[in-house]
Amino acid sequence: MENEAGALSRVAGLFSARGYNIESLTVAPTEDATLSRMTIVTRGSDDVIEQINKQLNKLVDVIKLQDLSDGSHIERELMLVKVRAVGEGREEMKRMADIFRGNIIDVTEKSYTIELTGDGKKLTAFLEAIDPSAILETVRTGTSGIARGERILKI
Amino acid sequence: MKSLVLAPFQHLVCSTMADTELTGAEIVIRCLHAEGVKHVFGYPGGAVLNIYDEIYKQDGFKHILVRHEQAAVHAADAYARSTGQVGVALVTSGPGATNAVTGIATAYMDSIPMVVITGQVPTAAIGMDAFQEVDTVGITRPCVKHNFLVKDVRELAETMKKAFYIAATGRPGPVVVDIPKDVTQNTCAFVYPESVSMRSYNPTSKGHTGQIKKAAQMLLEAKRPMLYVGGGAVLGNGAEPVRALARKLGFPVASTLMGLGAFPEPDPQNLGMLGMHGTYEANMAMQHCDVLLAIGARFDDRVIGNPKHFGKEARRIIHIDVDPSSISKRVRVDVPIVGAVDQVLTDMLKQIDGVPDATALKAWWAQIELWRAQDCMKYDRASPVIKPQAVVEALYKVTGGAAFVASDVGQHQMWAAQYYKFNEPRRWINSGGLGTMGFGLPAAMGIAMAHPDAPVVCITGEGSIQMNIQELSTCKEHKLPIKVILLNNGVLGMVRQWQEFFYEERYSESYVTSLPDFTMLAEAYGHVGMKIERPEDVEPALIKAFTEHKDELVFMNFITDPRENVYPMIPAGKGLSEMILI
Repeated sequence: MENEAGALSRVAGLFSARGYNIESLTVAPTEDATLSRMTIVTRGSDDVIEQINKQLNKLVDVIKLQDLSDGSHIERELMLVKVRAVGEGREEMKRMADIFRGNIIDVTEKSYTIELTGDGKKLTAFLEAIDPSAILETVRTGTSGIARGERILKI
Repeated sequence: MKSLVLAPFQHLVCSTMADTELTGAEIVIRCLHAEGVKHVFGYPGGAVLNIYDEIYKQDGFKHILVRHEQAAVHAADAYARSTGQVGVALVTSGPGATNAVTGIATAYMDSIPMVVITGQVPTAAIGMDAFQEVDTVGITRPCVKHNFLVKDVRELAETMKKAFYIAATGRPGPVVVDIPKDVTQNTCAFVYPESVSMRSYNPTSKGHTGQIKKAAQMLLEAKRPMLYVGGGAVLGNGAEPVRALARKLGFPVASTLMGLGAFPEPDPQNLGMLGMHGTYEANMAMQHCDVLLAIGARFDDRVIGNPKHFGKEARRIIHIDVDPSSISKRVRVDVPIVGAVDQVLTDMLKQIDGVPDATALKAWWAQIELWRAQDCMKYDRASPVIKPQAVVEALYKVTGGAAFVASDVGQHQMWAAQYYKFNEPRRWINSGGLGTMGFGLPAAMGIAMAHPDAPVVCITGEGSIQMNIQELSTCKEHKLPIKVILLNNGVLGMVRQWQEFFYEERYSESYVTSLPDFTMLAEAYGHVGMKIERPEDVEPALIKAFTEHKDELVFMNFITDPRENVYPMIPAGKGLSEMILI
């Protein structure tokens, strides 16, 4: 979509005005600074998804729309988790981070901050795999998606 | 500040002189001139003073000062509805913009091409809770086709061009251009772009040939065909091809509230209006047809009622609409055709290379005539009190069906739609989607400005008229000879009707007491007032208004039967064949 002030609120406003649901929404400028790319994860019957497609296309700022779930695609989300890491738990936490291919990006005597990427399920699985009482804070970006193979979304 | 008093030809010369710097306010005026705007409806205020100063110095368009910003937008809206051109309104920031919102939402719901220019506080003050500041772009976002905040005078001309382009093309709609005061003061070179291309906005106008061919074939195979004509047929200048197609095939035609006039109503092929207060024959034919051609219509809840009930009968549906999101929204269709109604129908006409099944069509018409024989629009013509329907019928007779009829919202709106037989498109001007009371009088002003020699009527109720009655003053200033037909039953009629039917006659707050003496009120504003209380006086009073007082605004207060209801009626949520008949 056009990288213009207000473009994001047009999309968010459309979803709330028409009662569609947003599970996650990510947006950032692309390599072309006049464009930004948004990934929206939503849920609905085929009819609702069809309407969401049409209504989004109708927004003047939207240039091109692709339903990634029409074909095979990759989804990634970034999560930063601050966890308590003391005593025996400290080593265990490091192991769990390794198993999930996470990176520890900040360390204190009592805590680790772990960076994890993957699809939403993997990130949730990590949170379920560690001791819940060790979780101090989490922040997730929401999903970004791209089609597999040669299929591209380009102007 | 430069002082420019320019004759129209000089505008053209200047517009090519890119080296001359103009203020933002001058640029706004030049853009309006370049768009060929002849009338701007507005109300001044702090944030738009620079623009108003430039208006003072020009004579390329006429500015009509209204008495409330809502009226400016309704007038611009009706101007657009009656002419097909983009309507223009100009209001100040803050309350000017918020007062305009109802008008903008009204136009949005009915897809009316309009540009609304709103003043804004200076860019440096935005976000500071400045005097008369509101987030206009934020407030109007859900009820515009698009909106802009112009932060740099160098973007102003291009933004204005885009605004007019977006408003008028594709599915039309209102566009708001919010201009901070400093942008109207700052200067830059002015070049009005001749054309505009936007990578993110490319409306489709030509329909898919294969789909059109398929539709033409389907129409020829139909046993019980039906044309369902909506507001898109009027707005998309589709009246001519709709008529040609209907006549070529001999199919029945029904219109929505917004489609009235696209097909001539007195024509025997016309079944009248569809929907909640539509005719028995139109609704029954809609329910029982086997091939339905929907033209610029959207299967709205007031038209088909309950979609499940509508879906009980098997039928194949062809749907032509310029907006893909209108297709398969409430009802699944078999042949969707995205495109401009006039182009698609013209192409479709060329594809029809046969004749429909004459025997089947004859049987279908025989069935329709049985439904029509129900005479669902009958009412007590011998009533000792004035029946509102009789006033509309007399108006139709006196004006020869040639008037522009604006209406407000309520029972009078339905009676106007039912009993005035529109022969031409763009003559019936009402708020169908949003249902805005207070629309009628300012709408009539917009029409009267656009069509100074045509008879212009505002059919209203005593509830609606009081929502914008201050505009009688604007009408006086501009000598607009509108005929206000007030169907005064002393109650909020449509509310009262629903309370009678669905709330066991508990008439909660639907009676309007302490009504003003409308004759004196009209006279106070400098107009002619009349009060008509007997059925035999209805027609003579109308004749008098349209002859003796032809050039004056006449406020005609018809005292009508307070118990009269609008029939037929499909209760909300019910199906097309579940009508309440009188």
